[in-house]
Amino acid sequence: MEDRRRRIREAITGQPQATVTVLSSLLAVQDALGWIPPEALEEVAAYTGSTVNDVWGVASFYPNFRFSPPTTHTLEVCWGPTCHLLGAQALLQAFYETLALSGEGDTPDGRFSLRLNPCLGACAQGPVASLDHRVYGRLTPEGARRLVREVT
Amino acid sequence: MTTPFALYEAMAREAGARWEALANGPHPWVRVGMAICGKAAGAGEVFTALEKALARRGIQATLTPVGCIGLCFAEPLVDIQKPGRPRVFYPRVTPALAETLVEECLLGDNPRPDLALGTLGGRVEGIPPLEEHPAWKVQVRIATRNCGTVEPANLWHYIANGGYRALARALTEMKPAGVLEEVTRSGLRGRGGAAFPTGTKWSFLARAPGPVKYILANAEEGDPGAFNDKGILESDPFTLIEGCTLAGYATGATKGYVFIRHGHEGPITLTRKAIAEAYRANLLGKNILGSAFSFDMEVVLTGESYVSGEETALMEAIEGKRAMPRPRPPFPAQVGLWGRPSNINNVKTLSYVPEIVARGGAWFAGIGTEKSKGTAIVCLSGHVARPGWYEVPFGLTLRQVVEEIGGGTGTGRPVKLLQTGGPLGGVLGAEGLDIPLDFDGMAQAGAILGSGGIIVADTSTCAVDLVRNLLAFCQWESCGKCFPCRLGFTHLLGIVEGIAAGKGRPQDPETMRAIGQSMTLGSLCGHGQLGFNPIQSALRFCAEDFHVHIREGRCPTGACRPLSLPHRTRPQPVEGWYASHAHHRR
Repeated sequence: MEDRRRRIREAITGQPQATVTVLSSLLAVQDALGWIPPEALEEVAAYTGSTVNDVWGVASFYPNFRFSPPTTHTLEVCWGPTCHLLGAQALLQAFYETLALSGEGDTPDGRFSLRLNPCLGACAQGPVASLDHRVYGRLTPEGARRLVREVT
Repeated sequence: MTTPFALYEAMAREAGARWEALANGPHPWVRVGMAICGKAAGAGEVFTALEKALARRGIQATLTPVGCIGLCFAEPLVDIQKPGRPRVFYPRVTPALAETLVEECLLGDNPRPDLALGTLGGRVEGIPPLEEHPAWKVQVRIATRNCGTVEPANLWHYIANGGYRALARALTEMKPAGVLEEVTRSGLRGRGGAAFPTGTKWSFLARAPGPVKYILANAEEGDPGAFNDKGILESDPFTLIEGCTLAGYATGATKGYVFIRHGHEGPITLTRKAIAEAYRANLLGKNILGSAFSFDMEVVLTGESYVSGEETALMEAIEGKRAMPRPRPPFPAQVGLWGRPSNINNVKTLSYVPEIVARGGAWFAGIGTEKSKGTAIVCLSGHVARPGWYEVPFGLTLRQVVEEIGGGTGTGRPVKLLQTGGPLGGVLGAEGLDIPLDFDGMAQAGAILGSGGIIVADTSTCAVDLVRNLLAFCQWESCGKCFPCRLGFTHLLGIVEGIAAGKGRPQDPETMRAIGQSMTLGSLCGHGQLGFNPIQSALRFCAEDFHVHIREGRCPTGACRPLSLPHRTRPQPVEGWYASHAHHRR
């Protein structure tokens, strides 16, 4: 626990950019730990001269923060209009089936988390999904199943 | 006395020599498109395969990752330039094909015309020049002039291609008012969606008093279907950095922020690297090129929030708060970021500035149409044969863009819908193909050019299904500050989901109009004000799809099925957690 607090402090104080805010500090913790543990709210509040309430206000606003420990792998499926037209729903169904999920969330074994992303930014290669922040384009349902099967 | 221009010229000479050594030196030069579209198509594996194949055969060649040249349909795209020869582009390269290219083009001397897409800068027998390719020949590349040609954050590459000439000249022989005048004369209008004249916007900031003023470059680009801002940052970040610096000089600003969404690693890393390079060369920082002008720049990240691309919400996010819009007035030019006068421009807008200052405003004003000067950078995606991003002069018709550049739907079915300008833009029918591509023509038709995204949908698409997707996005992304927007989108989505499921009621279109009207009147920012646009235009251009759904309770195309689309709920505190922390006050 104290080790985690130390890692949070390192992430917050080690931000390389000049502008340090509540949001930038939370993003630094998310990058370093893969989630926002409860004590990170206290640390960010103390470091930025803010309150825990205000920090939670920011953390709960942006959907890219996690509030539970990260899974081994992160899958994001794009559901923007381009990918929707090109078969995003079929991809999503393939991921749901392969992972035995029925919506966004984590697999019970803690290996995968599945998120819907409104646009991954590679529309010209749609439909796209990302595995551990690497984007895969022109994906088919079979390709989606293979992606999950072959990840180590 | 050494002038900024003399200092620049010394750099330009060295840059030119380095570039010449690459392009016409003793070794071949191999460039691989490694922006997000290239990587998503497998460019990483192709790059590794090329590296290994070159090493295994002991071939001396320069292998360079570049950004995106805009021809995303051809990714992974490899271009090979042998000494003194033109660049030859090979589309859809696989690792196996990469081996073949090394074997036959580099080790041997067969340019494999059967595998090539085109050439640039000369002719090779059997390969058509790219200048004759329908996706290339109508392009006028100004803001994207270097994309796919230079290594993205390589200062020498940028300078060798004319970069920083404009800034050096401005600092040597132009007053700030002179730079502002060129931009005003160019007729440049904002490329983020609102199309406000850039020169006028800058003049507000120039007139604002104060020792600290900011230029904010908005790269948030949350519009699904738009990827040109990130494309520029991933391919040529220096054109934005020079544009920001010139904007700072013209308006008396002291610092520039580039605002990018967390998670878009390519644009973030490359822009940060380019800014660091510019500092090293004294092209940013104190007394730029020995002049009296100082300017700082920094990349700031936002969390995932579409509304953070709105100019006042953007300032809130830079300050580290929730991305929620502020009431105006006061306007950003008076009270902006941290209470200081600020100017917000889209990445594309600022990326035009170096060429406008270098070539003069009149040159830029000579391109495009009377009221839409210059070029549009359009992103084609969806049911289109050649998805990609293309810089074309204003005044073409959407038909030319979709059919000539995009090559039509590529599905064998005709175009049914065009979704332009992002989720707050419009949904046009096939008759929209004859609308001219310019700010006012598109606005009159009930669509907007917005950030340049054009999503093409063929006749297998149902307008109700597409509108449902757009509304789900808007509902998900409403920041929640203004209740007409927060509740309005939730109701609109509920109604359209009912229509999609065959449970529409005859009064639904009228109810939606009433909701849309209160959203337009009662929301602080464009998200709520424009949120009814897609429904309004879809009801106008694709009324039949809605009627069949409502009257007959069925989908005319069969595209509407139950969907897994997210309805937004903000994360709830972990049980007991919030309560146990709520008493902690500073």
